[in-house]
Amino acid sequence: MSEKHDVGGVPTTGHVWDDDLGDLVNQPPKWWMLGLTASAIWVCVYWLYYPSIPVSTTSNFFKGIGGWTAINEMEADKGVVDEVRGKYEAKLKDMTPAAILADGELTEYVTRSGKVLFGDNCAACHGTNGVGTTDKQGLFAPILNDDDWLYGGTIDDVHMSITDGRQGMMMAHKDMLSAAEIDTLANAVAAGTPTATPLFAEKGCTACHGEDGKGVAAMGSANLTDKVYRFDGSVEGIKYTIENGVNAGTPETRVAVMPSFKAAGKLSDAEMKKLAVYVYKFGGGQAAAPVAMEAAPVEAAASAVEASAPAAAQ
Amino acid sequence: MNDQVEQKEVGTVTGIYQEFETWTVNKGDKTIHAKRMPGFFRTVKTYLQFAMWLPFFLLPYMRWNGKQAVLFDIEHRQFHFFNLTVLPQDIWMLSLVLLVAAMTLFAVTSVASRVWCGYFCFQTAWTDWYTWIEDRIEGNPAARRKLDDAPWDMDKIKKKAAKHLAWMAIALLTGISFSIWFVDAFDYWKMLLSFQLPMVGWVVLAMFFAGTYLLAGMLREQTCLWLCPYARIQGTMGDAQTILPTYDFNRGEPRGKLRRGGEVVAQQGDCIDCFQCVQVCPTGVDIRDGQQLGCITCGLCIDACDSIMDKIGKPQGLIRYASLDELEGKPAKKIYQHPRTLVYLSIILIALAGIVYGLTHMGSMTLSVIPERQPLFVSLSDGSIQNKYQFKVLNKTDKDLHVTVSASGGIEGQQIIGAEKPHLTHHGRGTSFTIFVKAQGDKIMKEVTPLEFKVQAVEDTQVTAQYSTKFNGPKR
Repeated sequence: MSEKHDVGGVPTTGHVWDDDLGDLVNQPPKWWMLGLTASAIWVCVYWLYYPSIPVSTTSNFFKGIGGWTAINEMEADKGVVDEVRGKYEAKLKDMTPAAILADGELTEYVTRSGKVLFGDNCAACHGTNGVGTTDKQGLFAPILNDDDWLYGGTIDDVHMSITDGRQGMMMAHKDMLSAAEIDTLANAVAAGTPTATPLFAEKGCTACHGEDGKGVAAMGSANLTDKVYRFDGSVEGIKYTIENGVNAGTPETRVAVMPSFKAAGKLSDAEMKKLAVYVYKFGGGQAAAPVAMEAAPVEAAASAVEASAPAAAQ
Repeated sequence: MNDQVEQKEVGTVTGIYQEFETWTVNKGDKTIHAKRMPGFFRTVKTYLQFAMWLPFFLLPYMRWNGKQAVLFDIEHRQFHFFNLTVLPQDIWMLSLVLLVAAMTLFAVTSVASRVWCGYFCFQTAWTDWYTWIEDRIEGNPAARRKLDDAPWDMDKIKKKAAKHLAWMAIALLTGISFSIWFVDAFDYWKMLLSFQLPMVGWVVLAMFFAGTYLLAGMLREQTCLWLCPYARIQGTMGDAQTILPTYDFNRGEPRGKLRRGGEVVAQQGDCIDCFQCVQVCPTGVDIRDGQQLGCITCGLCIDACDSIMDKIGKPQGLIRYASLDELEGKPAKKIYQHPRTLVYLSIILIALAGIVYGLTHMGSMTLSVIPERQPLFVSLSDGSIQNKYQFKVLNKTDKDLHVTVSASGGIEGQQIIGAEKPHLTHHGRGTSFTIFVKAQGDKIMKEVTPLEFKVQAVEDTQVTAQYSTKFNGPKR
């Protein structure tokens, strides 16, 4: 049998399978041996180049002769991103939010890069994409993508809300008004016609909400004639607001506080500008302040001391 | 011969060992110095190679409307083909083009075997040019073998240096010619001559230079034997009907040397065992062993054999294009009786139809609209409902266009906000902008209302694109 296998002068290992299968003792091909050797060398080089020994004594470990670290690599990659963003960021620094908004390319950049910023700093209360968040009281933080702005919806108003914060205030009327009066007022507000009842003027609601009930932007008092409600638009919800007020210092009162991000020191000026543009571009931003809005603050300033109205940070 | 084959196949595993003794495997130990002989197929091959590859070198220099006529502009992600500009979005047609190419290869192979290998393939063509240069500089095969064995004297150094320099020049030109299909040809030359190519440019050039030099100069037929996948699969495309260069063993066997004085020996076949067919073969195979992996069906052995047959006064065609059926005396079938070819042809037709459809329906603008999902809609202070849409307009024309936005369907009296002014869309890339649609709350009858947007270019009202989407409202 074995001599049959003896082809080309190459001997066999001597083993025979299935009657006549033998195993020649040929060398592996040269390219294969070279590949194997190269792999062995590669393993050694790799092992030495990178921090590959998974043991450390106290703070001492083998750092690899290449000096590679994951952090360095990430920093280098971040450098690439920063370089791309750099030209926009440099421009943003010295521009007002309104100027950014007027520049189409920068607005595009901001609306794209602002998403992360908004997610990290704003979405906890205002929800992803500014859809608002609710708690047991109703709406906890205002919706940012509608066109109802308590403090005005121009780009500068929005920017100011972010930098300086907002704090709503409305007295609790539980002890000042009778249940029937509260009920009447609540129903009128729910219908969107607060001025329909004489109580609205008699009980001093107009001081903050304005004679027409449309709110005063300088104070952040709510527009009671529109279809958007700051907390809860049901009659029960409105009654609760009238009874317990906003930020009135009691445990039951509704809460409406927008912190000042300038005071918090967490965000840079440029980041706050970016957020202003980002929020403005949700869809509710107002191009130019309507005449009524400009006129209102003058009247409002006088009676601002006796403020008592639902308000919040928008 | 047939009996022999059968006998071998009858044996089990042991048969392989027996066959092994007659195997000749070309592992490139010896350089094949093929003889160049004039003839019909030599001429055909020379001209077809040029017809195939001259455009490869020259077409990139052709201008069309002031731009490069054919340019695969990777950097700007657009392909220019005369008047046509194809953007990556339409690249699915490329897969059909590749399918047509593959099926054409298959169809031709099923009819006339490896026509591509023998007359068109870049490996064949470049090797042919390289060996032509070798032939010019170093002389005929005998002289070349002698030179290879000769000691390194001045003459040998001169000849070898001249040959390799000529090869390198072709290799360099090949690398440049390849590159200029992807970068503007004249820009490329300028950058090259001022040594200002980008890194990727140098790498591509170096790879093609080295690849050409190595494949056509050194590896040659080894590429066909050991690297090329097509050589390995082509056997499945042919059958007994496929014509290919064939040695007519009925007529040729038993082969034997021609006796002096042209004596006719009754039992001797027409093959005089002159080995001319082997000597001219660029891959060094013996065609008399039958169709084999190494045969690229270039027909050069037919030329050689015919010239010998002429000399010894026998009819031509001992080696000729013939099918296995023909050799076995079976009647030749017509091409429409060849189902394999018909299948390939029908796939080609389907793919071509797809390409024609694609080219005629490509349009010069596409629109895609993504409705905002969070929130689906926003209630506004006047009780109306607003939806937000992200528009992506792809302008495939060659100039920037302004587009207007309009909508059909949707809610009665709806207002499109953000489309007061036409939007600028840059040519050759996507432009995105945001559009709001606002509708009165009491006009919204359904939670979801279909809505179709249309963008239309101001400069050319023929350029439009539509997209169907939804208008979302509160639950009813």
